[in-house]
Amino acid sequence: MDAFLLQILNGLDKGSAYALIALGLTLIFGTLGVVNFAHGALFMIGAFCAVTVQKILSLSVETIDPDKTDFLGNPLKVKTPYVENWFGPDIGGTIIDWSVPLAILFAIPIMIAVGFIMERGLIKHFYKRPHADQILVTFGLAIVLQEVIKYFYGANPIPTPAPDALNGVANLGAIIGMDLIYPVWRIVYFCFACLIISGVFAFLQFTTFGMVVRAGMADRETVGLLGINIDRRFTIMFGIAAAVAGLAGVMYTPINSPNYHMGMDFLVLSFVVVVVGGMGSLPGAVLAGFVLGILESFASMEWAINLIPGINQIIIYLVAIVILLVRPRGLMGRKGVMED
Amino acid sequence: MFGLDKKDTSLLMIVAVLTLFAPFILNPFPTGSGLAQFNAGYPDLMQRFVIFGIFAIGFNILFGLTGYLSFGHAAFLGVGSYSAVWMFKLLSMNVLPAILLSVIISGLFALVIGFISLRRSGIYFSILTLAFAQMSFSLAYSVLTPITNGETGLQLTLDDPRVLGVTATADGSIPVTNLFGLEMRGTYEMAVGPWAFQFNIGYYLCALVLIAAFYLAIRIFRSPFGMMLRAVKSNQQRMNYTGLNSKPYTLAAFVISGMYAGLAGGLMASMDPLAGAERMQWTASGEVVLMTILGGAGTLIGPVLGAGFIKYFENIFSKINDNVLHGWFSFMPDGLEDFVVFIVHPFIGKGWHLTLGILFMLVVIYLPGGLVEGGQRIAGWIKGNKQSDAQQSETKPAE
Repeated sequence: MDAFLLQILNGLDKGSAYALIALGLTLIFGTLGVVNFAHGALFMIGAFCAVTVQKILSLSVETIDPDKTDFLGNPLKVKTPYVENWFGPDIGGTIIDWSVPLAILFAIPIMIAVGFIMERGLIKHFYKRPHADQILVTFGLAIVLQEVIKYFYGANPIPTPAPDALNGVANLGAIIGMDLIYPVWRIVYFCFACLIISGVFAFLQFTTFGMVVRAGMADRETVGLLGINIDRRFTIMFGIAAAVAGLAGVMYTPINSPNYHMGMDFLVLSFVVVVVGGMGSLPGAVLAGFVLGILESFASMEWAINLIPGINQIIIYLVAIVILLVRPRGLMGRKGVMED
Repeated sequence: MFGLDKKDTSLLMIVAVLTLFAPFILNPFPTGSGLAQFNAGYPDLMQRFVIFGIFAIGFNILFGLTGYLSFGHAAFLGVGSYSAVWMFKLLSMNVLPAILLSVIISGLFALVIGFISLRRSGIYFSILTLAFAQMSFSLAYSVLTPITNGETGLQLTLDDPRVLGVTATADGSIPVTNLFGLEMRGTYEMAVGPWAFQFNIGYYLCALVLIAAFYLAIRIFRSPFGMMLRAVKSNQQRMNYTGLNSKPYTLAAFVISGMYAGLAGGLMASMDPLAGAERMQWTASGEVVLMTILGGAGTLIGPVLGAGFIKYFENIFSKINDNVLHGWFSFMPDGLEDFVVFIVHPFIGKGWHLTLGILFMLVVIYLPGGLVEGGQRIAGWIKGNKQSDAQQSETKPAE
């Protein structure tokens, strides 16, 4: 039972990442009808926002400490980050420690801006071209973004630790009388993902803007005929989708040190998630993200591997193949969306 | 000639001349001159040109004719490589049975995957093939280690049985791949003045196979079968309404292109007898997509050009470093020189992928027909617009 619950927990954090990326993909697909192969790159850019914030915050000034000397007798150079100079060592240290959560504030405007530029500068011109062209051009864009990041940050993973307070493990099982030791940050990640997902759904469901967007997803032309500038709203939705992917990336950095190809690794899986959930269905994408995440973690349990060797590597693809063949529309796909 | 009309014959001749004289064409600069690093006429690289050319021709038969975008073609290449290496391990070091087996095995593999994937079309097809390829890649890395040797990759060893050949040569080393005694690595060097041209037996085998593969591709493009595939691309629904079941046709195209990929994989293993799982990764599949699009999807010669172009960049462009750049721009004043080198630096050497990505995007945006369309446009400008309208070249995209 313990192991069972632990696998569910293990699946939740990966599933959250899948769900967030798939949600963004589906938003873009549902609104603009574009298959965005560069979405993984957005996830990666988000992660590198966190790296950048961490680097900026730990920018240091080098001072010579007259009181101390190193073992050769030379005066010791001491590096103090600027923030510690400005706010004092206590607050400054805390700010550096909390750089990953702080990066969220930094990442939101950046990601929205990146989304706007992408949509206005490139994807706008591809609405009327075939899906294959959209896939190809965004695939090219993904390569470019990836290489730019590689140029500036190098090819090695950059560790970005979580704040000390959230870095340990917690015994989740204490509440229900069981032993469930689990890293705190992964729980934080799951909660954060839930927050973002419910935020997006609430935004679409309860605001006028969201209502218009939903109407546009159902029938773009009619909404346009009613005198609403639906294109502008869809552009904003693209920005939001980019921000969702970016935030998923920011918060994922403590779990996995970001490197330049993390986006591609996640992209393939997220596409599979979207297809399993059903093209154009937001709840489907979220559901499929979590389900596949949990399935993946179950498949890596010992008995599963003993039963079918290698199942942990292929379970997601296997599920996707079965779903696509048995229920081509996906788990919660709507009728008439990409049904060829 | 060979059942081709005049234009196709000349196209075939161009390809034949280009490949057969590649050791000369790709070696225009004398050894030792400053430009010698742009010489691509060494066997290893030339083999890669033609092998990836074959791979891209095969991919183009599927994507260019039917419009089905497969993101998992590298899996067939990988399967081909593995089966060829197994032939070297078990049977003999002759490349012929190895290549035959790799074509057959990858054809069977393509039949299974195609049968399932082709039940869907459009983006679903892309994702299904992607899923299959990633699955094969993961399996080759982990569970299938007895067959694929996992991360290390499949290699020849001294205690392989090789029932029809020798386990080890007289001096105790692993025998080399050959075609009835002709060693694949055998190279004849011809020195003409300052130039050194290399003629490699393995390369010429690949080149002959490429010419044959290209000829077959022309025949497929011109056949009623090819016409049917084009019809599938332009409107599959209408095809179905006329009472025709298009699935056998698309499946046949899929299997053919899988066999081409297997052929490329078999040749790759024949030139260098090892096979690794990374050949099956989806980035490798992406590469052949890049080649085909860059050269011109749906055209006959486009994929070959694209493959050569990308492989040339990968091997030559990536060798340019800052010192070379400083050498080129040394005529400029110092400050300007440093600035220019600074600007160019991200795009060369290890950053050539960036150049490739940008180039690829530009091609998709402005030149959907790839390099071939670019060439046609330039030819059109030179000849004047009147002729370019009437120009019904055989390299027109199959739209």
